[in-house]
Amino acid sequence: MRNFILRRLIYAIPTLIGISIITFAIVRLSPGDPIRLLTFGQRDITGEDIERLREVYGLNKPLPIQYLDWLMAIVQLNFGQSFIYHQDAFQLLLTRVPNTLQLAIVALMLQLLIGVPLGVIAALKRGTWLDGVIRVFGVAGHAVPAFWLGLVLIIIFAVGLRWLPSQGTLTVGKDVWDIPDRIKHIILPAFVLSLTGIANYSRILRTETLDVLGQDFVRTAHAKGLHERTVVFVHALRNALIPVVTALGGILAGLVGGALVVEQVFSWPGVGQFTFQAAIAKDYPIVQAATIFVSVLLVISYLLRDIAYAIVDPRIKAG
Amino acid sequence: MASTTAAIRAPTAAESLLLRPPRSLWSNAWYKLRHDRLTMISFAVLVFLALLSLAADLLAQHVFNYTFERQDLLHTYEKPQLENPAYLLGSDEIGRSQVVRLLYGGRVSLAVGFVAAFVNLTVGVIIGLTAGYMRGRVDDLFTWFVTTLNSIPTIFLLLIFAAIWEPGPITLTVVIGLLFWTGISLFVRGQTFALREREFVVAAKTIGARDARIMFKHVLPNILPLIIVLAAIDVGAIILVESALSYLGLGILPPTPSWGNLLTNATTYFVRAWWLVVSPGVMIFLTVLCLYLIGDGLRDALDPRLKAEK
Repeated sequence: MRNFILRRLIYAIPTLIGISIITFAIVRLSPGDPIRLLTFGQRDITGEDIERLREVYGLNKPLPIQYLDWLMAIVQLNFGQSFIYHQDAFQLLLTRVPNTLQLAIVALMLQLLIGVPLGVIAALKRGTWLDGVIRVFGVAGHAVPAFWLGLVLIIIFAVGLRWLPSQGTLTVGKDVWDIPDRIKHIILPAFVLSLTGIANYSRILRTETLDVLGQDFVRTAHAKGLHERTVVFVHALRNALIPVVTALGGILAGLVGGALVVEQVFSWPGVGQFTFQAAIAKDYPIVQAATIFVSVLLVISYLLRDIAYAIVDPRIKAG
Repeated sequence: MASTTAAIRAPTAAESLLLRPPRSLWSNAWYKLRHDRLTMISFAVLVFLALLSLAADLLAQHVFNYTFERQDLLHTYEKPQLENPAYLLGSDEIGRSQVVRLLYGGRVSLAVGFVAAFVNLTVGVIIGLTAGYMRGRVDDLFTWFVTTLNSIPTIFLLLIFAAIWEPGPITLTVVIGLLFWTGISLFVRGQTFALREREFVVAAKTIGARDARIMFKHVLPNILPLIIVLAAIDVGAIILVESALSYLGLGILPPTPSWGNLLTNATTYFVRAWWLVVSPGVMIFLTVLCLYLIGDGLRDALDPRLKAEK
């Protein structure tokens, strides 16, 4: 097990280097000159000042050297100052992380709590109308544009029925620890964010449960006279749940990416909304910091997924 | 006597299978597709929507008498109505016809979807095929690059691109086309891995066929069914991404309408005109749903191994 984890850790290094190269390259190879952006609107700047700024920011060195300098800095979490807020980009980003984490964790829980039972029920009731409804939902859930669903839910629940708030994490003026108020705010965005995952899990679990139910050990369990319930929940389900771990990788990537759009729709002050605003304002240090932050988060999640998978299914360690 | 009666009796089911003319993979798939009602309906709906969008100019001129840019400040926020065909689906905050803008929007959204998917498939298939066939160093490089690209959430990459380059239909198509191929290439690579060990590839090698010939003449036709299925799903996924980006103001920019950017200002007319929010979303949903259902249907029809699953 230790060797497996170690090998997996070493595999992550080239990926991390790749992420840093791509993030550096796209921004640096862009047509906009960072100095011109930095000094935008300041008329009293002379050519000499610009030269000096180039030197201060190391922009007169060859690109590979610039990359290495930059890499050294970001390893120490120094992404530079935000062009707009004139504060440390990474520190600014960190203030938004808890909100996104909240949203992602609630959405992930909804996916598991709704998606998994739906898939199992569809498999157990195979061929009935219930199975049909769940299968249609499994496809339709992927086809709904998340941002549009958000808008529609806002119209129904916030504008029409006035049951739930349409934006933010908390009613203005309420106590930070007002949990019921927070729950009210998180329901709609978390549901919208979880929809593709719910559809995904219901599809995977249906196929997997059907597959497991057809296997020999299930027939043996039936043959020795066990209750239907024991067969399904103790014997079959444990094996059908393995792909829940495998699918986690794609699900997490979907959560991180989807959060950006959902946060925008619901004015949720998270990493995605922050990055979006920074990108619009061409505030590159923040965009770079955010991109690297979420990517490293994903690499770590993939790593944890693989380790969890190896624990659940010992066969995988050999490969 | 007994032998003659035996000769006249109707052939059993198993016998008739043997007697019927031989079918190729494609005619077999077509036979199955024709009997798959859901897939055929999806296909019909998709073709209908595509034709409507293609005929946008004609319909705008002759049926609705309204261009997609025309404004009418006396008729803002019109409710959906039958009296004036231009306001069939209502009008927006400056009195533009929603139905005409939807038609033109569909044109852009569908075009971006299909063209970007074509770029995707070309890049993905060539790279996946090469990595799977060459293995070794080439495959290591491929794996590294794809893992890296998959670790950066696509929407963040698109965000950076959109922030740097002026967004527009062509930029968007190129960027999505060049970023979205990793999934396709992984599937193609996996299949190529398996196929290159098969006898017909070995046979082709023995008679001295070059690598490129084996890859494109022998391996590629065998993964074509997979590619067709991936294509349908890919177009749907791209239309979803395009709509989200356009909604955010990073994709197709107004005044060029797209299904996504028709919703950009939705928050301003939430309360007054909810129907303006509903129609673009329904169009996106319908199109993508049809594409995904067609993908599912094609997979069932083209891949006999998956039948057991049903």
